[in-house]
Amino acid sequence: MGKAALSHHALALKSIHLRRRTLEAIYNAGAGHTGGGLSCLDILNVLYNRVLDVSPETFGSPARDRYVQSKGHCVEALYAVLADRGFFPESDLKTLCHYQSHYVGHPTRHIPGIEMNTGALGHGLPICVGMALAGKMDSAHYRVFTLLGDGELAEGSNWEGGLAAAHYKLDNLVAILDHNTLQISGHTRDVMSNEPLDEKWRAFGWEVRSVNGHDYAALTQALTEPSPGKPVFIIANTVKGKGVSFMENVAKWHHGVPSEAELKQALAELDAAEAKLQNA
Amino acid sequence: MSAPAPSLFTPAAKAMAEKIGLKLGRANLEEFAATLEELAKANPNIIAVTSDSRGSGKLAPFGKALPKQIVEVGIAEQNLVGITAGLAACGKKSFGVSPGCFLTARSLEQIKNDVCYSDVPAVLIGISSGVSYGALGTTHHSLHDLAVLRAINNLTILVPADNFESRQAILAAARATHPVFVRFGKAPMYGLHAPAAHFEVGKAMTVREGNDVAFIATGETVVHALLAAGHLAERGVNCRVLSLHSIKPLDAPAILKAGRECKAVITVEEHMVHGGLGEACAAVLMQAGVSKPFRIVGFPDEETVPGAQADIFRHYGISMEGLSEMANRLLK
Ligand SMILES: [Mg+2]
Repeated sequence: MGKAALSHHALALKSIHLRRRTLEAIYNAGAGHTGGGLSCLDILNVLYNRVLDVSPETFGSPARDRYVQSKGHCVEALYAVLADRGFFPESDLKTLCHYQSHYVGHPTRHIPGIEMNTGALGHGLPICVGMALAGKMDSAHYRVFTLLGDGELAEGSNWEGGLAAAHYKLDNLVAILDHNTLQISGHTRDVMSNEPLDEKWRAFGWEVRSVNGHDYAALTQALTEPSPGKPVFIIANTVKGKGVSFMENVAKWHHGVPSEAELKQALAELDAAEAKLQNA
Repeated sequence: MSAPAPSLFTPAAKAMAEKIGLKLGRANLEEFAATLEELAKANPNIIAVTSDSRGSGKLAPFGKALPKQIVEVGIAEQNLVGITAGLAACGKKSFGVSPGCFLTARSLEQIKNDVCYSDVPAVLIGISSGVSYGALGTTHHSLHDLAVLRAINNLTILVPADNFESRQAILAAARATHPVFVRFGKAPMYGLHAPAAHFEVGKAMTVREGNDVAFIATGETVVHALLAAGHLAERGVNCRVLSLHSIKPLDAPAILKAGRECKAVITVEEHMVHGGLGEACAAVLMQAGVSKPFRIVGFPDEETVPGAQADIFRHYGISMEGLSEMANRLLK
């Protein structure tokens, strides 16, 4: 009813554009989550431009697919994707974090395209279990997606939701892990180790798929392949700060805001990547 | 056979109840469960969500009659509230049912964000609240719930006093398009209202008229205030008794009227004295410049005395005798 279907090439070009918008929004606001935004951006790009059956026109329809961003702090990337998809004008992002602007630093339902208010970690999965249950009760065909952070998995409520999703055989539910292996104070393995995640989620009764979280084909397949009787847990291996050389894999960019010079350098890198793609 | 729980009412209080024509009904919790089942039979969109609490929530018959309309989440209250919110966001009229002590403490963040901030039309039912689980100890008491929930935006908070108010509260919650919390106890309650009485969210119910002392009470304490009013009337003291089933929105006009027309005001609640009905009434009265002798009867800031609900009530003066004495002291 409202599904986009972009080619790999178009997605790749769009990802560069979306990275630009994400960085500009954070720079203008003077706040935001740069590293995680860039690590989950390709996932969001594939979701909204290939997988999710939702559009600005169908957002009010009960039959739409649902996406709840559990790692709510990476909202700037989501805003960039939603604006690009036509849910609201890109110029709205200039008000990010401004007085009386609904574009606050975490998703809220005041913004077109946002399903639930998130930002406190460990909330998205239980909410999505409720949404997926409602879909089953109604014999509806919509699917429910949530995006989790790897640091976020230390919140116990994720595992409560994980038990319930498998118990109720919610094969209309997909949880995507933005597995960038970093969180605010450093490596997740040093802060609170959570591996082996594939074995853990499999033991919880989920279908587990590990993919390169920047590979459009792999993401598309993992996000669309059916899993009869089981919820799907996608371990999307990503690079925090992906796409900007000096931000990649550096924990300080978790919520680092680029200076004017850093923004310039980042945009120049993205321009170069874009030129390379166009000439390919 | 275990010994029956001590009665909430002394023989003298029982005699007074009979004298003023009160009839003992069932537990408000049972009234809730029966009302919800009746509504759910007519509306397949109504879903009960339980955390291994269908027995304690008196929902076993509901589960038998409507197995497709009950979701069990296991002992996981955070998950209970998140799932209840998700169901509500997808068009279900969901009722999350769990002991008040766990529901409003362990899953407070889910109440705040998933339900209230996201503004989904979910209903949360705190069962066996206050000191209903008396002798089980403080882990099982919810004496903080009104304080923490009052401090969260976008939540209607209902605390019914009798079976009538309980049924009406559930009917109102089922119709609501925004979040509602309803708090229930599990002791059998005397009926306080005529079947044709008018119930409205945000409006206090006058249980008895009088201008000497105003008892402003809520939940399972209202009947004790009414019995005290009966006791005092025999000694020439006429008390007003208001049932504040609606803690939020609060009926400020009724509180102000009571403060202006009566010589003294006593608030009564099964809750800590901090942040509950009493402080809410004090704020209304003070900000309007209404100053009368005023007491908050509730639980002091101390480890709650061990005992059954009846013992605890009596210990802290929530009884016909205790409230009568308090009224006399204030009038002196
Ligand atoms: Mg991370």
